[in-house]
Amino acid sequence: MGHEYETVIGLEVHVELHTKSKIFCACPNEFGAEPNTHVCPICAGFPGMLPVLNKEAVELSIKAGLALNCHIAEVCKFDRKNYFYPDLPKAYQISQFAMPICQQGYLEIDVDGAPKRIGIHRAHMEEDAGKLIHQGAITETLYTLVDLNRSGVPLLEIVSEPDMRSAEEARDYLEKLRAVLLFAGVSDCKMEEGSLRCDANVSIRPLGEKKLGTRTEIKNLNSFRSLERAIEYEVNRQKERLEDGGTIIQETLTWDEEKQVTRSLRSKEEAHDYRYFPDPDLVPIHISRDWVEALRRNLPEMPDQARERLMKEQGLPAYDAAIISLSPDYLAFFDACAARYSNAKVVSNWMMVELNRLLNLHNMNISECKINSNDFILMLNYIDNGTISGKMAKNVFEEMFATGSSPDKIIQEKGMVQISDEKALLQLVRKVLEENPEVVRDYKNGKEKALGFLVGQIMKVTKGQANPGLVNKILKETLTEE
Amino acid sequence: MNLWDFPVYLLQHKLQSGEISSVEIVRAFRERISQVEGKVKAFITLDEEGALREAARVDQEGGYTGLAGIPYGLKDLICTRGMKTTCASRMLEDFIPVYDAFVVAKLRETRALLMGKTNLDEFAMGSSTEQSAFFPTRNPWALDRVPGGSSGGSAAAVSAREVPFCLGTDTGGSIRQPAAYCGVVGLKPTYGRVSRRGVVPYASSLDQVGVLAQNVRDCALVFSIIAGHDPGDTTCVNVPVPDFVSALDEGVKGIKIAYPREYFALGVDEEIKAAVMKSLKKLEELGAIVEEVSLPHSEYALPAYYLLAPAEASANLARFDGVRYGYRDLEADNVIDMFAQTRGTAFGAEVKRRIMLGTYALSSGYYDAYYLKALKVRRLISSDFDKVFASYDLIVTPTTPTPPFIIGAHVEDPITLYMNDILTVPVNMAGLPAMSIPCGLTRGLPLGMQIIAKPFAESLIMQAAYAFEQNTEYHSMKPELEV
Ligand SMILES: [Zn+2]
Repeated sequence: MGHEYETVIGLEVHVELHTKSKIFCACPNEFGAEPNTHVCPICAGFPGMLPVLNKEAVELSIKAGLALNCHIAEVCKFDRKNYFYPDLPKAYQISQFAMPICQQGYLEIDVDGAPKRIGIHRAHMEEDAGKLIHQGAITETLYTLVDLNRSGVPLLEIVSEPDMRSAEEARDYLEKLRAVLLFAGVSDCKMEEGSLRCDANVSIRPLGEKKLGTRTEIKNLNSFRSLERAIEYEVNRQKERLEDGGTIIQETLTWDEEKQVTRSLRSKEEAHDYRYFPDPDLVPIHISRDWVEALRRNLPEMPDQARERLMKEQGLPAYDAAIISLSPDYLAFFDACAARYSNAKVVSNWMMVELNRLLNLHNMNISECKINSNDFILMLNYIDNGTISGKMAKNVFEEMFATGSSPDKIIQEKGMVQISDEKALLQLVRKVLEENPEVVRDYKNGKEKALGFLVGQIMKVTKGQANPGLVNKILKETLTEE
Repeated sequence: MNLWDFPVYLLQHKLQSGEISSVEIVRAFRERISQVEGKVKAFITLDEEGALREAARVDQEGGYTGLAGIPYGLKDLICTRGMKTTCASRMLEDFIPVYDAFVVAKLRETRALLMGKTNLDEFAMGSSTEQSAFFPTRNPWALDRVPGGSSGGSAAAVSAREVPFCLGTDTGGSIRQPAAYCGVVGLKPTYGRVSRRGVVPYASSLDQVGVLAQNVRDCALVFSIIAGHDPGDTTCVNVPVPDFVSALDEGVKGIKIAYPREYFALGVDEEIKAAVMKSLKKLEELGAIVEEVSLPHSEYALPAYYLLAPAEASANLARFDGVRYGYRDLEADNVIDMFAQTRGTAFGAEVKRRIMLGTYALSSGYYDAYYLKALKVRRLISSDFDKVFASYDLIVTPTTPTPPFIIGAHVEDPITLYMNDILTVPVNMAGLPAMSIPCGLTRGLPLGMQIIAKPFAESLIMQAAYAFEQNTEYHSMKPELEV
């Protein structure tokens, strides 16, 4: 057989809105507190308690909607989504079903060097549920504890159109979405803390076919990596199934991180009937155009604008500009450095290579990085004026990263000053040449590589502190003289 | 006359003139309760000692403003900090809230004295107080009859003079119908006039807290305290609260009163019709203009109500799952069984019936045919009222189609029981204010007249009701409870 198939992907992304308090009560919206310390009768679903909508949650939702090029509803309202679960105190979730706050937006990603628009179907506000803590495996636990700190944390659910055609596009979309939300300042988008969560709807269809294939929904994708892996796995599974003459069953799957497979959670027949209906406790929300326009005017720079600026004003290549504009903290660090250093590309190189390497190694975010832009520029200046070599700078940089010390202090403490004294170097060169007569002979016989060995020997005896440019120059001069 | 026989405004007067103390008042009511409560069974929880302590404090502080020093009862689904709030359900039999309802806070602020929590149909679902999980309350006028419901305990307590006033809630007639059955005055305010915060909901878009008292003036006094904006309830409207008491004397001269023919038709007891017609004559004599009108969609109000109210209830009562508070079945092996067994055991039959009705009405495939259709009917009913109110100030109808019935008469027949709300439900569907006042007796049982107004025109209702009351003797009739 061997049909050609087209992959169709849509993502449903939940982000926690970064408000001071929860969406319907005054409890603080904070991650990581002692269980059940940010709880009140409202978010614990006590009888007679009523929700009062947090205006900040609406404001952040509008900002997100504007950043995603959405239409912001003039009137929106809340519905009740009914289901029983121990972490859902009211046994319904207050959500927006019929009239969401944002609709019909889009986001641009880069596909093979060309921009591609991914539609945003809608974005709606809702409250988060609490968390269950099992004693060991869920199937074996003797009891389960409920932590309601997260109950009532405001969420924005952003539903894309099924516009993505590969796992890579899905990943790019999610990265871009995260960047936009970070720039707009609506969420801290930490996948590891659950403030950004993603479900993927995946289907395939024969190439050229217009009708969508039966889709499956994958839940529990808690990293960019698992998103990509899970989609790739699921697409292959669906292909194999169709090739074997089978059909795809509409079902909800979960991604098994350990075994790297998707597993069925429930079929369409077992799907909940959520019995949505308008929440009579909350009046419809009227969003004035003045409010929307004021928020639009004050919207911060978005990733696309930042990328343009880096290319135009700093002369960065498109690739560098795109990477740096994925995170506002990253961009802020770059901007702070580039403002006081002549060569933006050098800054970008250091950030994308050394800084990224260390951040990834320590699983850190740039906002947690101890290096400040002043020290970083100072270090670049020391390279430029020959105080330290590029290689030494890497060590200095690592030390700065680990301790937050200034380069001055590190260079002094470790005696890392570069040897640029020509007389001292000439002596060393002579000594090395004397010790390696056969290498000198090779060089004179035309073996260029021999020079590299000699440089290496000098660096070795100086523990890397010799100025490599000078060493090269002196070596060549001495060899010619002899 | 005994102290417990006095209405609120006279108790207030006696306190202010220094004739009596608040402690004396509470003692008098405590005495009365000990005499009649065994027969009437209006209260689920009594706290006379607490009230007495508060009374002593009020006496010490002096300055009897507002309702200071006046005892009262609360329907037991209005939350009270530190005092059990059971909703007359096994589910919340031992539930002690850590918060006061907004209206309770208001009454505490004015230093009124909470005597106890009154009986009701479980979670306010019923029209007879027979659906209480604990015991039925009896009608003080005839102990073998129901006091009405769901605020039956509140109406009976006022009627039996166990407290001078009570708060109740009204979702489809739950204040007005028991007020009519017990011969007291019952006010259901405009939807949005009184905060629902801290009131355990039955149907959130219909529920409203109101007052049961001996007379219209008392109602106005209490209503002045509980009405008004609460930022903690977004459905509570921020409109000015007029001086209800000083408006009472303005009379009915020139006021245009409509009586809808549909409310005097099928199923309405002939004697009730006659009593209300006679009352309308009286209002005409007092200067009102009285005319017949039509509210054509009224007959659809009841079926629509029995879709919308249960739909909302099915979600409102879903939180009683045994996880955080209230009853929990300890036998279950897993969480799903725990949910099912907790709810199966602790909810009564009528509550389960309405949860199932509501769940069904909201289910996919039925939503449009039931829930949405009912919402449309609701709008039609509202616009019926709007049309009449374009030319009239008030609408007058009987409050109930029949006088109070014998306890147990309709237990096997929920539909007949539901029909009891037929004249009161349309008012809730349209969110209007209405009051039931006594307007006669039939075979020794009290009858009620319902006065309905435009949104937020409670003042006009009370003005007309007061004029009627001042010129008739119905409000001074009281049950003869043998002591
Ligand atoms: Zn809270």
